[in-house]
Amino acid sequence: MGKVRVIEIHENVFAKNDQKALETRKELALKDILFINVMSSPGSGKTTALSSLINKMKGEYKIGEMDVDIHTDIDARKVSDATGIETLQINNGGLCHIDADMTSRALEEYEKSGKLEDFDIIFLENIGNLVCPAEFDTGAHKNMMILSVPEGDDKPLKYPLMFSICDLVLISKIDTLSFFDFDIQKAKENILRLNPKAKIIPISAKTGEGMDEWQSWIEDCKKNLK
Amino acid sequence: MHELGVVFYVIKDVKEVALQNNINKVNSVTLDIGEVSGVIHEQLIDCWDWAKKREPVLEEAVLKINTIKAVTFCEDCKKEYETVAHGKICPYCGSENTYLLEGNEFSIKEIEVPDEDN
Ligand SMILES: Nc1nc2c(ncn2[C@@H]2O[C@H](COP(=O)(O)OP(=O)(O)OP(=O)(O)O)[C@@H](O)[C@H]2O)c(=O)[nH]1
Ligand SMILES: [Mg+2]
Ligand SMILES: [Zn+2]
Repeated sequence: MGKVRVIEIHENVFAKNDQKALETRKELALKDILFINVMSSPGSGKTTALSSLINKMKGEYKIGEMDVDIHTDIDARKVSDATGIETLQINNGGLCHIDADMTSRALEEYEKSGKLEDFDIIFLENIGNLVCPAEFDTGAHKNMMILSVPEGDDKPLKYPLMFSICDLVLISKIDTLSFFDFDIQKAKENILRLNPKAKIIPISAKTGEGMDEWQSWIEDCKKNLK
Repeated sequence: MHELGVVFYVIKDVKEVALQNNINKVNSVTLDIGEVSGVIHEQLIDCWDWAKKREPVLEEAVLKINTIKAVTFCEDCKKEYETVAHGKICPYCGSENTYLLEGNEFSIKEIEVPDEDN
């Protein structure tokens, strides 16, 4: 074996992603576009909740939606069929998360077609997973997640990182509360213990409960963007 | 599990360093990984061994892991303790008013390359 020489690097593996995310956040804020990252377990109701919210808000705001499905564009088509808005498919190569490079490539697609500037709000429906997406900054201004009643009120204890990075937690499918041993008070306590600043809103996409409060939260974020 | 995702980050960074330094072969890459960073070492190495084959510069590069011990600091009694053994609750005074000092690292420490001057 020949001699070797050592090159010291000492660079955080996430540094480049964090830098990219920061740039995306700044650039979108300058254009007055609010970018929101929506996370949850598979099936908690991201697509359903986003579709009803978008239908409520689309008269007043121009809304875009980004979707990642590992193998199909089912969610993107569902949202666009349900709301008529423009959806964008992110290709993430089958990985378990979305990072800032992937969102910025998707935003560039909007930019190329000259549509980016028109948007007021863009939602990202992240991959259904409570672990990996929490580790990667996507460049969104706000992180939010959906915890659905059937999943149980102990989820904050099991996936603490996800609950601690979210600005907003929706407790969803509350129309099903009578079928499950889900204690909303306990869920709130578990969340606030990890993340005292979290805003928590119980919602049902079925009955529409909580949707107004969610909409005002988004409108406040939009106002405070600049 | 996002080991593969972070392996791609590492590969991207190392390729950049190799390019800047005119290096066409890397012998090893050493990572600093904190005990509570949540990364599974065996999986990371499996992902590395799979992904490196697609990169000529890294084809023969061995991934080495340098573990950094996790240490938590207690705000109430101002003592430090081992995070893995005691978690969030201070073993000296029972307080939960504690925070992680180190142990969450995930960085590229160094790479080894053939020394061509000899
Ligand atoms: N009862 C009830 N069902 C709901 C509610 N929201 C969503 N669902 C149902 O839950 C199922 C999953 O909803 P989706 O919106 O596809 O969930 P998702 O989080 O987008 O799922 P993935 O993208 O696959 O991770 C569907 O059958 C919805 O009809 C709700 O508020 N109440
Ligand atoms: Mg969906
Ligand atoms: Zn103490």
